[in-house]
Amino acid sequence: MKKLSFFIFLLLFLFSGISVSAQDEDLLKLVGEEKPTKEITKYAFKSPRVINSHSMEFLNPGTMDFRILHRFGPLDQGYKSLFGLDQASMRMGFDFGILQNLMVGVGRSTYKKELDAFIKFAPIRQSKGPWSSPVTLALVSGMTMNGLDWADPSRKNFFTSKLGYYFQAIIGRKFSEALTLQVSPTMVHNNLVPLQSDPNNIYAIGVGGRIKLSQRIAFTWDYSHVVVGMPDSGYYHPLSVGFDIETGGHVFQLHFSNATGMNERAFITETTGQWGKAEVRFGFNLSRVFQIKKKKHSKHADK
Amino acid sequence: MKNKFLIITVAVLISSSSFGQKYFTKTGKINFDATTASSPEKIEGINRTATCVVDTKTGNMQFALLMKGFEFERALMEEHFNENYVESHKFPKAEFKGAISNNEAVNYSKDGAYIIKVKGKLTMHGETKDVETDGKLVIQNGKITATADFNVLLADFKVSIPGLVADKVAKTAKISVTCSLEPLKG
Repeated sequence: MKKLSFFIFLLLFLFSGISVSAQDEDLLKLVGEEKPTKEITKYAFKSPRVINSHSMEFLNPGTMDFRILHRFGPLDQGYKSLFGLDQASMRMGFDFGILQNLMVGVGRSTYKKELDAFIKFAPIRQSKGPWSSPVTLALVSGMTMNGLDWADPSRKNFFTSKLGYYFQAIIGRKFSEALTLQVSPTMVHNNLVPLQSDPNNIYAIGVGGRIKLSQRIAFTWDYSHVVVGMPDSGYYHPLSVGFDIETGGHVFQLHFSNATGMNERAFITETTGQWGKAEVRFGFNLSRVFQIKKKKHSKHADK
Repeated sequence: MKNKFLIITVAVLISSSSFGQKYFTKTGKINFDATTASSPEKIEGINRTATCVVDTKTGNMQFALLMKGFEFERALMEEHFNENYVESHKFPKAEFKGAISNNEAVNYSKDGAYIIKVKGKLTMHGETKDVETDGKLVIQNGKITATADFNVLLADFKVSIPGLVADKVAKTAKISVTCSLEPLKG
């Protein structure tokens, strides 16, 4: 009898031991792990533009990016014109995020009083999880319209002569939080070119990237190499280097560039500055993102 | 004598199985609010995919959620929340592991509302801190609705707020929890 009662006490003791240890058990394991879902890799760049070129990043749907771009005069003008700050060229732009992978934008530059518009769409976005892709593929199609008066009003002028087009594919990858790289083959078509010997179609390859230095500051560069159709003299490949600085609602992109143009047609085909000769300009892009369509959101909505 | 022990043993076994019921949800709502009087806009996010499990026998309670699951009215705020504040790429999950300290006061088999005290450890942004709060359990038709409100000091979790916006983001965030729990089978 005593043996039995001891045995039962032992049993009870063990049992209580089990229930004590059960307090530390991982209850969350009981409901199982979440199935991995496809997740788009976001925030490859702070902004949908590297500096001049389109980046692999998109605006969030329902937002508008108001962009003010300034390019000052060349540094080699020296102190007399405060290293180029006395003159400025600007572009004002409005970009809209429509879907996660679709955006459109319009802008107007003081250079040639040019209007431009584009549509940018990504059939493939870099993602994690099932059916993921290691890179983003984005396609951009844009159009420009020269706003200057006809150089020779006496001859027969066609409206289409004012137009130019560009088509671009962007292949980019955010390798890590710190590093993003992209390559962008581009074709620019000018309906009218100044000389008969100038080509209408110009092909270029862009290389851009970002190195994040801190949570809010990143080093960026953006280079386009004109492969086919570079005029024999006077024109150069555009290279821009700078910093993205994020302050709350704004992104400031401060940079140096040999290009003045602020749309693809202008900076790829009409860059006349030379880095080697200090014909480099200081410039900045100011980007302010507004939420124009609010997401559905209410506290404990379906309580 | 023999019978007595047998009865006790059986009673212990029965009671442990009948009170061993666990409840859970995968759609718990956690609301985050760091708005201050001087904030230009509401700084508020909601996560509707929190997992919560409660063991009614022991009173143990655990929560887990993905930081990326917080939705904000403004996309830019969501971006800043993930990229600059909670760094969800480095610390994707937040967890709470604790217990209802007055669990014996709750009769889970009877409909009613109970005020509970919850104590445990909250892990977020790589930091773990003790958290204690009052909450409420409403038991109705075999389901439990759990609600609680508490504050966390962001500095405790090493979430730094830059000087430029220091007066626009609250130093303590108000966390509101709403979970409808169902019995966990198996």
